[in-house]
Amino acid sequence: MKDILREREQRTGWLLTIPALLILALVFAYPIVRAFWQSLFVQNLGTQLNPEFTGVANFGRMAQDGRFWRTMFNSAVFTFSSVFLELILGMGIALVLNQQFRGRGAVRTIAILPWALPTALIALGWTWIFNDQYGIVNDILLRFGLIKTGINWLGDPTLAMISVTLADVWKTTPFISILLLAGLQSISNDLYEAQAIDGASPWQSFRQITLPLLMPQVVIALLFRLAQAFGIFDLISVMTGGGPGGATETVSLYIYSTIMRYLDFGYGAALVVVTFLLLVFAVAIAAYFLTRSRAKAAGEI
Amino acid sequence: MTTVFPDAIISKKPRAKIGRKIVLPMAIALTVIFCLAPILWQLLTSVKLNADIAAIPNVYFPTRYTLDHYRELFQRRPFLNYILNSAIVSFASTLLALGVGAPAAYALARLRLQGERWILAAVLIVTLFPPILLFLGLLEVVRYLQLGNNYLALIIPYTAINLPLTILVMRSFFQQLPKDLEDAAKVDGYSTPRMLLEIVLPMTIPALVTTGILTFISAWNEFIFALTFITREDMKTVPVAGAQLGGASPFEIPYGPLAAATVLGTIPLVLLVLFFQRRIVQGLTAGAVKG
Repeated sequence: MKDILREREQRTGWLLTIPALLILALVFAYPIVRAFWQSLFVQNLGTQLNPEFTGVANFGRMAQDGRFWRTMFNSAVFTFSSVFLELILGMGIALVLNQQFRGRGAVRTIAILPWALPTALIALGWTWIFNDQYGIVNDILLRFGLIKTGINWLGDPTLAMISVTLADVWKTTPFISILLLAGLQSISNDLYEAQAIDGASPWQSFRQITLPLLMPQVVIALLFRLAQAFGIFDLISVMTGGGPGGATETVSLYIYSTIMRYLDFGYGAALVVVTFLLLVFAVAIAAYFLTRSRAKAAGEI
Repeated sequence: MTTVFPDAIISKKPRAKIGRKIVLPMAIALTVIFCLAPILWQLLTSVKLNADIAAIPNVYFPTRYTLDHYRELFQRRPFLNYILNSAIVSFASTLLALGVGAPAAYALARLRLQGERWILAAVLIVTLFPPILLFLGLLEVVRYLQLGNNYLALIIPYTAINLPLTILVMRSFFQQLPKDLEDAAKVDGYSTPRMLLEIVLPMTIPALVTTGILTFISAWNEFIFALTFITREDMKTVPVAGAQLGGASPFEIPYGPLAAATVLGTIPLVLLVLFFQRRIVQGLTAGAVKG
């Protein structure tokens, strides 16, 4: 009797799960598996778009490809600087949103707004903000007498990278604030009271209570943000198109042009494979730290 | 709700009190300005006359306003189509994600599937894949099935992108749901599908709304698939069409219409956030933290 019920439960379970698994397999698993296979072929205009087997030659070409290394470097710079700034700013905003004050609901609403808006359109807004002639950034700097002539933010290699990073920080800091706020709310007040009786300053209680107990949330936020920032496409594509002179070209932009502009499908697939493996590697490391930080946070309560 | 530094303790210390009186309001003000200023600047630009847009130094408080930039979007471009396309694709993929994801979440929460852990792990890892890794493979599928310039070319990938979040959020919801009702229904002889539809589904609606809002937002905002799989002008979605507005001529960038497009494309989402702030926060944290 029990076995029959259990079996029926299993069958229902699979029936309910399989449609979801099929869609996931089609959209996630197939393209990745396919990229691994396709990366072993040359398929570009030179072969008249017919696939020709080459083994691992595409990966050898990648090792020699200066543009690939430069885009990797750009992606790394963009990812680390934007996520680092977002984490600090997000923590600050989360601490503010966790205080009690009148109108807190309204401020929380405002604080998640940037995250919800379409990145491509927001990128248009930031392009306008950094405009060299009429941009508001230059206008403010001019008014305060900090610069004499307008800066060409998106036309200078370093400044362009800074500009896209800032735009990304604006767009995704709310995501981190929301996650950290949830963590802050779950920390018991008693801990702070006990600390305060011991005469600890706010900074000390932040260091000794808030930060360690918030660690799991911090690592989760980092995990999501590192993966997203490394795959950034829309923001940079709209703001600079990878320019000037490739200064803001990230790996995703390079993958996109390799495939859509140069029609170099085999090499594009190889780029996909390498980016995928890097991401899996990074996620594995982060997941390891996540389990550790969770165990540690649990230990400290 | 807890606070980081409870008032009762802080009031004992004069320095901390000053902190609460001055630093907190300043921090709040900075947060609000930081989040709103770029949006407001775009809104202001969208209603300025061209002369004011190109004025140096910038005009912060224009004396004249215009809706011409908005009019231009609808007259010179099929902007209504863009909005409708985005709406259709986002609604359809949201419904599909909920319809396919919620049952799966229920099974993963309640039915002790074999290999449950593996499924969950896969679902979780998949959330971290950026779409750039998928578009080459999907492009082939789209070509093979001749789905180019078809809503389905976007609806299916968007459903898939949103499935992990749907499954994780709904699963954590089902786990919190008391099991008594389901057990009682089984005793009364309900079959599982009937029990799901008549007993579980009505209780699930709030969680479905929460998840649906998140999936709608992410579908509305998607860029790379919409850019690649849709090339017909009147089939484009708002983000892609907006991004391509400026590209028409490099010398005369239509700042006003660009700003107007940004405003129009973001309004639906601004409204969602205004009405459902709490749900969005709940859903996001449930999706990320529970997983």
